[in-house]
Amino acid sequence: MNAAPTTPAGQPAQGSGAPTVTYTTPLANIRETPDGYVLEAEMPGVAKDGLEVTVENGELAILGRRVPATEPGRRIYRESRGFDYRRVFEIDPSIDAGKISARIDQGVLTLHLPKAESVKPRKIAVN
Amino acid sequence: MSIIRYHVPELTHWSSLDRLATLRDEVNRLFDWTAPSRDSGLFSGWSPALDVFDDKDQLVVKVELPGLKKEDIEISLHDGNLSLAGERKVESELQEGQSFRSERYFGKFQRSVTLPTAVDPAKVKASYQDGILTVELAKAEEAKPKHIAVSVS
Repeated sequence: MNAAPTTPAGQPAQGSGAPTVTYTTPLANIRETPDGYVLEAEMPGVAKDGLEVTVENGELAILGRRVPATEPGRRIYRESRGFDYRRVFEIDPSIDAGKISARIDQGVLTLHLPKAESVKPRKIAVN
Repeated sequence: MSIIRYHVPELTHWSSLDRLATLRDEVNRLFDWTAPSRDSGLFSGWSPALDVFDDKDQLVVKVELPGLKKEDIEISLHDGNLSLAGERKVESELQEGQSFRSERYFGKFQRSVTLPTAVDPAKVKASYQDGILTVELAKAEEAKPKHIAVSVS
């Protein structure tokens, strides 16, 4: 899997005529397992409903929209950025896009990207 | 107890002012000794982003802590300081296989924040949802805004 992100940190996404939206790049870990790849991305403030995972033209895009929350009072100190999350990864052709599964638990998105059956190592019996 | 600021990557560029940039780097290096960023070797841990809100009767502290377990978060209040500590443990699923990208922080973290007003230690509520820890601290009676009616005769 070529895990090079095509959207560098802090760069606004390019919209066609639409107003520019700024996203935060979520921190991610990617590992290869015998069956495929596991991708984890940190998106605090995102629930299941705000998640969009798309595969198109060999690119995997993850988009996380924060649960809209009213601020509990006057903000007196801020470190969080409050933007939605977006990141795009190039994916290896060996990944079976139809079998990608996703779940989000306490703000961590976990994607399982299984390899297609045809690329898995196979033992051939000799008669 | 040390207070470590959340580290935000610097976006300012001084390419046309090379000498100033060098000076700035020197100054930054000096400050690195006193204020280690969250990926420096002096502080072995990570530091989550923290927001503080002031409401009429309470203070609300929100901390971005994705991927923890409720039982691994520790909250304590001492002398008007709210301390948060915990640990993000590596799950077994992540240990096998070849790593391609490793950006997430694991291990222990600690944050502490001095609260701007006195709070009632008996009335602290915490919840953890979608990777965000919310701590609600009711203000102490003497810190609550009081409405005093003035009668004009």
